Amino acid sequence: MLKILKYSFFDLIRSRWSIIYFLFYFITGMVLLYLSHDVSKAIVSLMNITFILTPLIGTIFGVMNFYNSREFIELLLAQPVPRKRIFLGMFLGISISLSLSLLLGMSLPFIIYGLFLSGQVMSLLILITSGVFLTFIFTALAFYIALVNENRLKGFGMAILVWLFMAFIYDGIFLLSLFLLQEYPIEKFAIAMSLFNPIDLSRILIMLKLDISALMGYTGAVFSKFFGNNSGMLISFLALTIWTVVPVLLILKKSFKKDF
Amino acid sequence: MAIENAQPFDTIVVSPGRYVEYDIQIDKPLYIIGIDHPVIDGDHKSEIVTIMSDSVLFKGFQVQNVGLSYIKDWAGIKIDNRDYCIIEDNILLDTYFGIYLKKSDHIVIRNNYLKSVAKNEVNSGNGIHLWYCEDILIEKNQITGHRDGIYFEFVEKSRIIENISEGNLRYGLHFMFSNHDDYIGNTFKNNGTGVAVMYSEFILMKNNNFVDNWGTANYGLLFKEIYDGELSGNKFQNNTTAIFADGSNRIKIINNEFRSNGWAMNIFGNCMDNEIAYNNFISNTFDLTTNSSRNRNDYHDNYWDQYAGYDLDKDGIGDVPYRPVRLFSYLIGKIPEAIILLRSFFIDMINMAEKVAPVLTPQSLLDERPRMKLNIYD
Amino acid sequence: MIEIKEIRKSFGRLEVLKGFDFSLSEGKITAVLGPNGSGKTTLIKSILGLVIPSGGEIFFDGKPIYKDWEYRRRIGYLPQIAKFPENLKVKELFKLIEDIRGEKGNSEPLIERFSLDSFLNKKLRQLSGGTRQKVNIVLTFMFECPVYILDEPTTGLDPIALIRFKDLILERKEQGITFLVTTHIMNLVEELADELMFLLEGQVYFRGTHSEMKEAQQEENLERAIAKILEKEYAENS
Repeated sequence: MLKILKYSFFDLIRSRWSIIYFLFYFITGMVLLYLSHDVSKAIVSLMNITFILTPLIGTIFGVMNFYNSREFIELLLAQPVPRKRIFLGMFLGISISLSLSLLLGMSLPFIIYGLFLSGQVMSLLILITSGVFLTFIFTALAFYIALVNENRLKGFGMAILVWLFMAFIYDGIFLLSLFLLQEYPIEKFAIAMSLFNPIDLSRILIMLKLDISALMGYTGAVFSKFFGNNSGMLISFLALTIWTVVPVLLILKKSFKKDF
Repeated sequence: MAIENAQPFDTIVVSPGRYVEYDIQIDKPLYIIGIDHPVIDGDHKSEIVTIMSDSVLFKGFQVQNVGLSYIKDWAGIKIDNRDYCIIEDNILLDTYFGIYLKKSDHIVIRNNYLKSVAKNEVNSGNGIHLWYCEDILIEKNQITGHRDGIYFEFVEKSRIIENISEGNLRYGLHFMFSNHDDYIGNTFKNNGTGVAVMYSEFILMKNNNFVDNWGTANYGLLFKEIYDGELSGNKFQNNTTAIFADGSNRIKIINNEFRSNGWAMNIFGNCMDNEIAYNNFISNTFDLTTNSSRNRNDYHDNYWDQYAGYDLDKDGIGDVPYRPVRLFSYLIGKIPEAIILLRSFFIDMINMAEKVAPVLTPQSLLDERPRMKLNIYD
Repeated sequence: MIEIKEIRKSFGRLEVLKGFDFSLSEGKITAVLGPNGSGKTTLIKSILGLVIPSGGEIFFDGKPIYKDWEYRRRIGYLPQIAKFPENLKVKELFKLIEDIRGEKGNSEPLIERFSLDSFLNKKLRQLSGGTRQKVNIVLTFMFECPVYILDEPTTGLDPIALIRFKDLILERKEQGITFLVTTHIMNLVEELADELMFLLEGQVYFRGTHSEMKEAQQEENLERAIAKILEKEYAENS
């Protein structure tokens, strides 16, 4: 697996897309920091961008890479290598290389600017961690979708639809259901809803770290209490982990059955 | 003590030291001056100094450890129904109530330092507490760790100048049924709420700083049923809600700066004829929210950093009006739980859509003359 | 060596392999023939584990191959259409496969045999179809295996390369290596194959030597014998 991971990783990291992706975060981070001169503001703005872009890039790279590597996959399948190593290796190769671009692109501007003076290390750490989680989750989902769909166009469309749903439509349904259920105590419902969407979950984790929790008023105190303490944190990261592991298991399961 | 032997208008000079004493009654006009802050320790027994005469100067003491009573409002220094006194340069530590004025007029409270360690609102008193007073000057005091930093109830024509009220449990400054008072150049920092003005008229609020009043139910400045005030030249920074106004009318809110607050203003629908002009709104999560779809206040000539209009005629005023109420802040008013969606992509999108074509937010709430650049104050 | 029992495979409603037994004769070259869609490639891919059969079992050296992968070390596979990661150089591709298999291949004599020296530093996407097929052949034969499975191996090869390729196969056969080959080129079958297996509609229609085949169809020529089978089939279907 490590060999395939290594190949897949270096193949991507050498491509200009990784560099563009890295530069995007690097430049955006620099601009935000030096324009606002406020680390916590920069983190919030970066968060808005990250939580749309990271899943999108993960989705696109996951699908494209799978379809573009079909030849490679078929070559590998005839070699004495178990299937799960091939797919796991490729998936990890993409996810890790994307995460590396993200990690460097995001942390370097803050290190240059002097993050360690600001006391916002934890927020940035959570932002990067959830960005990495989102990369893994959406790459895995996209990979799975590509694995299921022979038709590239269909696979690509479906993966984008999943991204759109998670990044946008889900919150619309969320808001609508809050509106319809407003007669009832809905804080617990809202917490559950956010656990079911990794993008929402990541967003809430960072906002609470940035002390926006006070904006949430009395109702927010319930959210704050849940997500803010250690066990809430643990549950949230557990949820993110489940979000990562389940699509990977699906990939493995599908990979055993698929004909090439 | 010396008070008994003194003649009216004598000066008593107290040398440094520690005196465990309480229920000291000053019943004739005297100048009582401490050197190097002699300590009067009440040993948590009772009230410490009670002024029961006009024209007393009480200066330069450290008064500490007032007893706690749920029936009597024991204080570090109390003036009961007397006038023309000065309380100056004292340090008050762990006093239940710090300085307590009851039906007293023409008093100066200057340059005192009051510190207590209030843990909850029930077992704590106010720093400077005034009840039925007139013409009081409260100047350059520093008050921390009380329930309310300064408390006014039925206080007329008084001035609160350049005090620092910090870290008080409930309010930094609290007006109840008090009219024609001014507070100028004070700093209210990290209190439950910076200043609460309730059931009062003609309050002048000028050049104060409202900073870091941050928390779930915290405000920079709270208005409840007040009329004809002026709020100008103040700075509001890092408050959860900078101004919360409920049933407040005919107030001029001008030349203020709102920076990095959660909500700059939450103006309820029952507020009328207020003028909000020449303010700067910078980096607030929400500039304005309201719970009504009608607007009866006048917004003009403010600078809103989120304004995205243009100024073709270059007169410094945007050519299209600005709508300061975002759809999302309106929604939160209806469904508070929706705050969990703050800063999500979906919310950004519907905010944008609402900005282009308002459906839910108040149609008539707009600033017709949004400034392109920051309003500059002298 | 390779034993197949009651193998079945359907893609959706389409039944491609309809359940037959087959065992590969050791040390011989067996040619799998049949019209398009008769199940040749599916059969080969099933043996390699690329396609998962819907029924039946496949054994390699007596052990079922399902969920096994080590056995593939002993099968050299030459795929029909050479599919490679296009951004790799030829040299890198050889290196990569060696790396993944964890064994050193003996590529130099093969590179020399097919005159690929000048292409080693070219990227795969720059190569012509014939050259790609040569690369494909080197990649397959650089590892020594007891069995080789070749799917349309001569596609795109020029006459010289073809001759060298046939020599290569015969040399290996001398060493006792077993081959399973699919092809449409009857010359190649006649020249190389020891045994024929004719697949038709997912079944083994015929199994035997050339002469047995010709005899059965009463034709002098292999190509005609096959054409005759197919014509019969068409007539039955229409």
